[in-house]
Amino acid sequence: MAEILVLVDHADGAVRKPALELLTIARRIGEPSAVVLGAGEAAASIAATAGEYGAATVYVADGTEFAEQLVVPKVDALTQIAEEKGAAAVLVTSSGEGKEIAARVALRLGSGLITDAVELEAGENGPVATQSVFAASYQVRSTVSKGVPVVTVKPNSAAPEAAPAAGAVENVSVAFTGNAAKVVSRTPRVSTGRPELTESAIVVSGGRGVGAAEGFGVVEKLADSLGAAVGASRAAVDAGWYPHANQVGQTGKQVSPQLYVAAGISGAIQHRAGMQTSKTIVAVNKDPEAPIFDLVDYGVVGDLFEVLPQLTDEIGTR
Amino acid sequence: MTLKIAVCVKYVPDATGDRGFADDLTTDREAVDGLLSELDEYAVEQALQISEEADDAEVTVVTVGPDDARDALRKALSMGADKAVHVNDESIHGSDVFATSAILAKALEKTGFDLVVCGMASTDGAMGVLPALLAERLNLPQVTLLSEVSVEDGTVKGRRDGDAATELLQAPLPAVVSVTDQSGEARYPSFKGIMAAKKKPVEELDLDDLDVDADEVGLGGSWTLVDSATPRPPRTQGTIVTDEGDGGKQLAAFLAAQKFI
Repeated sequence: MAEILVLVDHADGAVRKPALELLTIARRIGEPSAVVLGAGEAAASIAATAGEYGAATVYVADGTEFAEQLVVPKVDALTQIAEEKGAAAVLVTSSGEGKEIAARVALRLGSGLITDAVELEAGENGPVATQSVFAASYQVRSTVSKGVPVVTVKPNSAAPEAAPAAGAVENVSVAFTGNAAKVVSRTPRVSTGRPELTESAIVVSGGRGVGAAEGFGVVEKLADSLGAAVGASRAAVDAGWYPHANQVGQTGKQVSPQLYVAAGISGAIQHRAGMQTSKTIVAVNKDPEAPIFDLVDYGVVGDLFEVLPQLTDEIGTR
Repeated sequence: MTLKIAVCVKYVPDATGDRGFADDLTTDREAVDGLLSELDEYAVEQALQISEEADDAEVTVVTVGPDDARDALRKALSMGADKAVHVNDESIHGSDVFATSAILAKALEKTGFDLVVCGMASTDGAMGVLPALLAERLNLPQVTLLSEVSVEDGTVKGRRDGDAATELLQAPLPAVVSVTDQSGEARYPSFKGIMAAKKKPVEELDLDDLDVDADEVGLGGSWTLVDSATPRPPRTQGTIVTDEGDGGKQLAAFLAAQKFI
């Protein structure tokens, strides 16, 4: 069966959820193998998890290069494994770094690249990817017409499903090419205890209507009662009320959760581009004319400082 | 010695317009007015700031695009760039990111540079991979997705805010840099800048000038195939209620019915 390489993204010694989604998606188009790079001691447990989610083989490569140099060592490793094993496709998570890695691997393999797929299925001419483009106003279906398809898939594009496979570890020694930027220091993002924005099944976002940094308290309380991530519109971020890392929109994160709650967000195109593909959308806004109401499954015209706390209390009683 | 900075920019359909696809499933560049990609304004701004910090520097703005792409170059020149290079050739229409990066790499080599500065992504294709591909093709370090950048003593330094961590990066010049929308607001062109831009040189190049084979670019040279592009069915508006004291409870009832709580 066709071997599909999945680059397994990991942090703090654990597999990140989008990698499990990729392994699940890879099974639709062939037999997944995992690639685990620069995980050190954690490689064995990461490999075991990859095995649980369907990886027959787990290629493990280690070295200080992965932490000390930007992008290129991972490109070296993934290209080398894809060539040596004759992979039928390469899947990478759609993140800033993931897309950069995928692009350079594709160029080295002489292969076509599709980024930000939200769906991937087997087709007559290889995997067919669906992308959501132009602020999610169009759905584009494409295939790779040259070489080994390299596809980056957005988080939340599938629910991870366990499918135990061998997960046999094969150690790989990588020939590094160098010519990379040096990573002088790395400071892990301080955890808020909330789920990662792009990975979360539920996102609660605040916008201009929140009015001030302190106003995000009610947004955070609702998010915590739902086990959700917190997002913010560009207006709220530009005003300095919430960190840019939480910005949802064209120039921030594009999220596609099961449930998106927009509080005090008007729904400008720049914001819609980041959340329009959410499965269920609800909004709370004072302005009945706010464009966000055109998108919602359920909307409440009202003061978010009244509605959100009441909703949070109501969830607490259930 | 003059620090030569090249900024890569793209002319894109206005993201606030009703964007769509042409009959050949390439981006429709007629129906919606074009402009300099907003995310590239940040690249022009950082290039100008770096040049202002340097003793002697020259900023060249480079684009690959149709006739109208000249507007994007003019905007960058009016912001303060010194000169421009416009690669324009009918065969380029429909090029994918690999072909575009190949053409740009040749244009950059011909122009000469110590530092290449790009935006984080275009607002139309939005792949965000062109800077990495330029680094691969030019065999140079990529120092990308920076929210802060500086150049000192032949070294470029920057801060990259990733999903999981913030990294401080550095590389010797020459190098390829990309900057995010967090790198600092782009300046508005002054009236003086707009007037001065009209006299600044724009070099026109075609594929022959760059020794690029027309067969390797354009739709025919693309390594991916778009099967279909369909407008997303508009979301149908659901229930809208006005809060009369129990809006939160009503919303809770909806979320419970949808099994979210």
